[in-house]
Amino acid sequence: MLKFIFSLLILFLLNIYAKDFNTIILATTTSVYDTGLLDVIIPIFEEKSGFKVKTIATGTGQALKMASRGEVDIILVHEPQQEEKFINEGYGINRKPIMYNNFVIVGPENDIADVKNATNPIDAFKRIAKAKTFFISRGDESGTHIKEKKLWKDAGITPDKEYYIESGTGMATTLQIANQKNAYTLCDISTFFALEKTISLKILFQDEKNLLNIYHIIEVNPKRFSTVNNLGARVLSDFLISNECQKIIKEFGIKKFGKSLFIPYNK
Amino acid sequence: MNLIYEGLEKAINLIINIDPEILKISILSIKVSGISTLLAIIIGIPFGYFLSISNFPGKKLVISLINTGMSFPPVVIGLLVTITLWRSGPLGFLNLLYTPSAIIIAQTIIVFPIVAGLSTASFQQIDKNLILQILSLGASKIQLFWILIREIKLPIIATIIAGFGGAISEVGASMMVGGNILNYTRVLTTATLLETSKGNFEMAIALSIILLLLTFIINLILTLIQQKKI
Repeated sequence: MLKFIFSLLILFLLNIYAKDFNTIILATTTSVYDTGLLDVIIPIFEEKSGFKVKTIATGTGQALKMASRGEVDIILVHEPQQEEKFINEGYGINRKPIMYNNFVIVGPENDIADVKNATNPIDAFKRIAKAKTFFISRGDESGTHIKEKKLWKDAGITPDKEYYIESGTGMATTLQIANQKNAYTLCDISTFFALEKTISLKILFQDEKNLLNIYHIIEVNPKRFSTVNNLGARVLSDFLISNECQKIIKEFGIKKFGKSLFIPYNK
Repeated sequence: MNLIYEGLEKAINLIINIDPEILKISILSIKVSGISTLLAIIIGIPFGYFLSISNFPGKKLVISLINTGMSFPPVVIGLLVTITLWRSGPLGFLNLLYTPSAIIIAQTIIVFPIVAGLSTASFQQIDKNLILQILSLGASKIQLFWILIREIKLPIIATIIAGFGGAISEVGASMMVGGNILNYTRVLTTATLLETSKGNFEMAIALSIILLLLTFIINLILTLIQQKKI
């Protein structure tokens, strides 16, 4: 046992270098992460600022929870109501919009629920329920999942368990499952474009007004958690809204997918 | 079927051209799992030795606990390590979460019971009379350890193989405590998971093939050492 503790101690000593204030932990949603946008932005930021960013991909719900325990320094999320609650409770500061896209309803090409002709998102969900066809839910308290639950609620429908599958995974995996099962799902358009080539699902319903999806960056309040690296968070936040980064966001995806995946907030 | 062929083709391309990203991920995998296995051996084999030669009340309980640990789910270990290393956790001040060291810690804890349990069984199989004989010739406990290790070389190397296999194939804990960060904590198993979810099946297949190849080569080396006559 002594040896065990001893070895662990050595390990820790070897890694004291990990304990520096040059590291920023960013929790973000899988819908951003799976597109590969951060793989482009973060190296540029690291080069310019000298900070090292650890990006943790999770759902918005989980990201907010981690942030309200002070486990992360900054979050990039997309669920307005929970974000406001987070700020009001004093956990977060300096909430800024970074970019947006919109949610879409995707499904099999033959569209047996006739979602294509729906008049609004609620109508589309009603059609899916009526057609008794599979719907894959994220089921992970992510921003997309919360939006989806809200749509079911607004439609006044409790989804039939037989046709309602909770995947409990990120956006990309959920799309893959929907693709394999020929099912419908709610997806952010960016992840859909990033995966479009590998799946046969189609966008069946779009509504830029009602299904708008805004991503905000929020710094974790350093007054609440002394361990938080707020300097790094601030620098990262400022970089994300800078003209340089906004331009990268605008151009991201054109080369690889033939279209922009996100619309920068400051055009 | 096409997908599998395409995957194989892409995999072979990536391996032949030594894709820098895959190389980095592979080296990290070997490094992390190698160090954890080594740590588990350094702690686990002496642990098994002392457990087998000493007698104390509750010895059977300890052995059965170690044996239970052999089948402990890696995700549970991952969760425990994550909670411990959280900033708000007991060891949070070390800032180790989402670092390769965190993966090493988790994998060491996963591999330790495997090494300890199997080596306890190996030591216990040795003829008691042999031990008495060696001790009566005046050997110390430490000397006895090295003599016995040579006696049970075969099962000990099998133990190391099992331990390393447990570490390199593990995915849940690495994902949780490492965070799957590119160029930092992304290992072969977590990268495979990510590429599958992104729909990059060729890449996922390539990574799987490399993982299999690496495991095979390392086990081959260990087996050659094991089968070599002294």
